[in-house]
Amino acid sequence: MGSRTPLFDQHIESNARIVDFGGWDMPLHYGSQKEEHHAVRARAGVFDVSHMTIVDLSGERVRDFLQTLVANDVAKLKDYGKALYTCMLNADGGVIDDLIIYYLSETDYRLIVNAATRDKDLAWIRKQAAPYDVAVNERAELGMVAVQGPKARELAAGCIGAEYRDAALALKPFNGMQAGTLFIARTGYTGEDGWEICMPAEDAPKVWDCLLAVGVVPCGLGARDTLRLEAAMNLYGTDMDETVSPLEAGLSWTIAWEPSSRKFIGRGAIEAQRNAADNQRFVGLLLEDRGVLRNHQKVVVEGIGEGEITSGGFSPTIDRSIGLARLPAGDYDRAKVEVRGKLLNVRVVKTPFVRNGEIQIEPVGEIQ
Amino acid sequence: MSELPGELLYTRDHEWLRREDDGSVTVGITDHAQSALGDLVYVELPDVGQEVSEAGEMAVVESVKAASDVYAPISGEILAVNEELADDPEKINSDPYGDGWIVRMNPSDSIDEDAMLSPDDYQEFIDGLDD
Repeated sequence: MGSRTPLFDQHIESNARIVDFGGWDMPLHYGSQKEEHHAVRARAGVFDVSHMTIVDLSGERVRDFLQTLVANDVAKLKDYGKALYTCMLNADGGVIDDLIIYYLSETDYRLIVNAATRDKDLAWIRKQAAPYDVAVNERAELGMVAVQGPKARELAAGCIGAEYRDAALALKPFNGMQAGTLFIARTGYTGEDGWEICMPAEDAPKVWDCLLAVGVVPCGLGARDTLRLEAAMNLYGTDMDETVSPLEAGLSWTIAWEPSSRKFIGRGAIEAQRNAADNQRFVGLLLEDRGVLRNHQKVVVEGIGEGEITSGGFSPTIDRSIGLARLPAGDYDRAKVEVRGKLLNVRVVKTPFVRNGEIQIEPVGEIQ
Repeated sequence: MSELPGELLYTRDHEWLRREDDGSVTVGITDHAQSALGDLVYVELPDVGQEVSEAGEMAVVESVKAASDVYAPISGEILAVNEELADDPEKINSDPYGDGWIVRMNPSDSIDEDAMLSPDDYQEFIDGLDD
C-alpha cells in the first residue's frame, strides 16, 4: 500500500481504478479516461493533486536565494500571489525539477514541486538554502486539487467562501490568493482555464464533494496526462531530467538570461549551449498513419539523423496520436517513427496541439 | 465484477474463444482485459489468410494507456478480422464478447480443451491476480 491523499476515500467512492504513482495510491481513472478528458475540454473536471509537494520558504534573503536556485527570475514577481514557472538546474545545466513559485511577500514564497522528485528536491533546496538562512518548510499537511475546464472557475466559485468569490473570479492567469483556509491560483496543467487549490487536508473532502455536487467531473492521472500532452506541457522524468538542458526540452522561454549578473546554478553550463547550432530540437509530432506513438520510440529524420519520442500517446480531442520528441538539429517538417518494426509517417508541428478546447494544428489532415 | 459467458473458453493471456457451428473459432479479449487496458484507441489486426501459431503474437490492442499484444490461443488460419475495430476500437470496451470480437480462425488441429480455462477456472485465475 502506498501513501494516501486526503481524498483517497472520495476516489474509492467514485469507483476509481487506483494505481501506484511515485509511492502514492492515486486514481488512474473513474471508468473512462477519454470521457474525463473530454469533460475537461468541454466543461469542467477536478484532479486530486495532493501528492504534489508544497514547500514554503521564508527569510530575509529568500529572494536572493531563489535567484540562485532557479533559472527563471523571481524578480519578475512583483505583486502578491503572482506565479512563475521555472526549472531548478544542477551545475551541469540538467533539470533537477520543474516547479511553480508563488510570491507571497518579500520574505515568503511558496514552491510546488513534483511528487516523484520530493526527496531529492527537498535535499537540494535545503542544501542550497543553508548559506541564505532561509527556512524550508514542507507543507505535507496541505491537500491540493486542480479544477480545470472552461466552466471550472464558475462552478468552483460555488465551493469557496462567499466573501472570497469576487476576488477569486477576478484573479488573472498565473495569479493566486489566500481565501480563508484555501489558497487559490489560476494555474493548471491541461491547457484550459481553471484553478489549483491548496488547502488543509481536513478541508479537501468537503471541497471535492462540493465540486462533484455542482457537476464537476472527477478525473484521474490518465486524463491529466493526455490533457497535458495535448497542451504540450512537459512532464518531468519523461520530457526532461537531470541529463537534459532546458534548451533541449522546449523550455528556453523559462530561462531569464538578464540580468547577466544573476549567477543561477547551471547558468555557466547552459550559457555555453545557448547559441549552439547543433542543439536538439524539441518538437510536436502528429502521426499521419494509423497507430499510437509511445514514449521512447525511435524517430528517423531521413538524411539528418535520429531522435526519440519523449511523450507519446493518443489525443482524444484530435482523435489522432501525437507526441513530443527530441530530434536532431535541422530544418525539416517530416520524419518517421519506428513502431513494431514499421516506419510510420509523422509531421513535425507547432505546439500546443490543443489550447482552450480548440485544436491548434492546421490542417490535421486525413489518416494516410 | 465482470460477467463470464459460460459457453466460451479462456486463456491466461486474457483471450476468449468461441467454437462456431461451422468449425471455425472466434477470438477476442476478455472483459477483465479491456477493463485493465482502459479506453481502446487502436487495434492492429492480422491479414486474412495469415497462418498464426499458438501463443504467437496475432494482434495488438492499444489503449490510451499502453499497447498490448493479443496472442493466438490456437494455431490456425485467419478467416476474418473485425474491420469495424479500425474506426471503432472501443467496441472492445463496450462489448468484448460480442461486437468487440477480433478475429475468426480456422483451427489447424482439434482444440485441446485441457489447455484452456473454463469460465470458473478463468474467474479463479483473475481473482488471484493483483488487480
